[in-house]
Amino acid sequence: MRLIIREDYDEVSGYVANYVKERINQFQPSAERPFVLGLPTGSSPIGTYKKLVELFKAGELSFKNVVTFNMDEYVGLPRDHPESYHSFMWNHLFKHVDIKPENVHILDGNAPDLDEECKKFEADIARVGGIELFLGGIGPDGHIAFNEPGSSLTSRTRVKTLAYETIIANARFFDGDVSKVPKLALTVGVATVMDAREVCITITGAHKSIALAKCIEEGVNHMWTVSAIQMHPKGLVVCDEDATLELHVKTVKYFKSIEHVHHSLIGAENLSLQGGVKQLRAPGSGNARPATPMNGPYE
Amino acid sequence: MLSTNKPAPKSKITKIVNARLLLDHKIVKDSYLWFQDGKIIHPQNLFFDQHRDADEIIDAQGMMVVPGYMDIQINGGYGIDFADHEGSLDKIQKDVDTVAKGLLQYGCTAFCPTVVSSAPEVYNKVLPLLNKRKGDAKGGSEILGAHIEGPFISHEKKGAHNQEIFRTGKRGIDEFDEAYGPELKKGSEAVSIITLAPEIEGVTEVIPELANRGICVSIGHSAATIDVAENAVAKGATLITHLFNAMLPFHHRDPGMIGVLGAVDLPAPVDPARHPSASNTSPDRTKPDPRPFYGLIVDGVHVHPNSVRIAYYAHPKGCVLVTDALSALGLPKGLYTLGGRELEIDDNGAAYIKGTNTLAGSTISIDQSVRNFRQFTKCTVVEAIEAATLHPAQVLGISDRKGTLNPGGDADLLFLNDDLEIQRVFVYGEEVELTKNKK
Repeated sequence: MRLIIREDYDEVSGYVANYVKERINQFQPSAERPFVLGLPTGSSPIGTYKKLVELFKAGELSFKNVVTFNMDEYVGLPRDHPESYHSFMWNHLFKHVDIKPENVHILDGNAPDLDEECKKFEADIARVGGIELFLGGIGPDGHIAFNEPGSSLTSRTRVKTLAYETIIANARFFDGDVSKVPKLALTVGVATVMDAREVCITITGAHKSIALAKCIEEGVNHMWTVSAIQMHPKGLVVCDEDATLELHVKTVKYFKSIEHVHHSLIGAENLSLQGGVKQLRAPGSGNARPATPMNGPYE
Repeated sequence: MLSTNKPAPKSKITKIVNARLLLDHKIVKDSYLWFQDGKIIHPQNLFFDQHRDADEIIDAQGMMVVPGYMDIQINGGYGIDFADHEGSLDKIQKDVDTVAKGLLQYGCTAFCPTVVSSAPEVYNKVLPLLNKRKGDAKGGSEILGAHIEGPFISHEKKGAHNQEIFRTGKRGIDEFDEAYGPELKKGSEAVSIITLAPEIEGVTEVIPELANRGICVSIGHSAATIDVAENAVAKGATLITHLFNAMLPFHHRDPGMIGVLGAVDLPAPVDPARHPSASNTSPDRTKPDPRPFYGLIVDGVHVHPNSVRIAYYAHPKGCVLVTDALSALGLPKGLYTLGGRELEIDDNGAAYIKGTNTLAGSTISIDQSVRNFRQFTKCTVVEAIEAATLHPAQVLGISDRKGTLNPGGDADLLFLNDDLEIQRVFVYGEEVELTKNKK
């Protein structure tokens, strides 16, 4: 697992957006071989989406051959309700960029047969060859998507009943009226996310620090479902300084030093985008960290 | 809520990017405007349900995109007077078309052709040609129905009208139907606004009947005192014709019709949608305003800029910019006719009855009015534009399809630069060729 620590929410958003851009551009997607991206909702990815829109408007990124699968959607909420995840994705990303409508997949919370809808979603993912990169956030209780504590770590896309705490937390978007908040949601499972070839989780803020600590310093545990990332061959967690508050000092120093070794001693030009080392060259090819997409202008 | 049952037509979807849109009473940057088949649409459902995306993208290059201007009091232009009944029906029809086409150049995408006091024969001939008519980028601005100004008005406050034709309403609504002919019975299909003086015998009693026909009743060209004016509003008048002009001047102990702006105990509006929205200046700040709208001519000649500002801040949500433009609009300084009278236009563009000091109307355009208004009152850009878009649409009860950029509205659009000068004009989603842009 790679842990990338940046100063604050803005730097984290910038890092993830740049990373997505580089991954897509290196992949060189085409109509026959599109880049399949998994996307989250919530407050964590808003900054990332904003920066992705900026990159698109600057001409550095195109979504023409990108296929997307969202993590979740409420059950029973009209699709054009301002709080639906369809509306969220439309307003934060899709309406700004050149993604093709038929390449967008979001679970349909109004499907007549919800189980069929979930099975169909899994089948759609398989049909495009699986997800290349799945972006995600984390809840204060360490959950990914709507896989709340106790969710099986081998779960797949299914209907979930929302925890009371989650319903209360969401009431602020429904005029403070708990009765208006949806009680059920469709969500990808923990295993659905971990099946992706790469998983990138964004974790910012002090209120997420305990969850981050539980997920990467302690065992794989269904009470903290993001901990399943420990079993993934290509896991990437990007967090800000506040989110590291509950980590051991040793952990933070370790991951910061790895970045330093990679960039100063091995040289960014020898690293592949996903962290692998391509070759070793003589040191002295640069003491200062050269500017690369991974450490951009915000270093 | 938007229906997802009907399949969307396969027609072209246009998306405007890089624009500053007037949405929800604010200028908004990171939003886009979508339209299809001449209507503004909300594309989210088309995207997810029908997998439709934009077919054409228009780059507004940072300009402001606002609804098309609406002028509810305009007597003619380009040498043409709507009250001119001489000539064949064909000629009159062509003349109306000429004005409608010309108005597009000023960003006026919808208007009420105004007919000054005339004899019944004139109305019978002319009104049928001024019925509601959809706008078209080549054919001209949309006609919202006629504004008939007089002849049930005051001799004292006639302005440039011919007082020999003035009448009273002694015999009630029948007198009105006789004066205007069968078009009046069609109500708002043919006649959108009627200006009358409530102190004239029998007139106030007819107001409810006219309002019932869907016509906006406007009080003006009147010597009414504050009581008579307030009573007319209570009976259903929802507009004051060119405030300050052709009415008693404001006196602190007898504010006259102008004093209606300060009324607090008017009855609650019967149709709140056709009254100004609630504001900090409303008698009850949470309920629709019982006060009427009021037209203002802002050429700087008819009303002193300070007076404009005083009226505006007394009742900001009720302000409607009108041009009251004459046949001389669009023509150079000289001599012209209005309703059979000879007029002289001076250097300021003000028109006086030849040889007198009586103002007869203006030659100002609606887009210049918006610029003047902003300068006179130092109001915000949004406030200045709404006085020429949202408020006139509310007067006519059509704010669901005109005067805003909300989905469901007609795609009448103006692209403005920071000085509120018109750069591009669209009517029902089609671009108008602007003569100033032609080489």
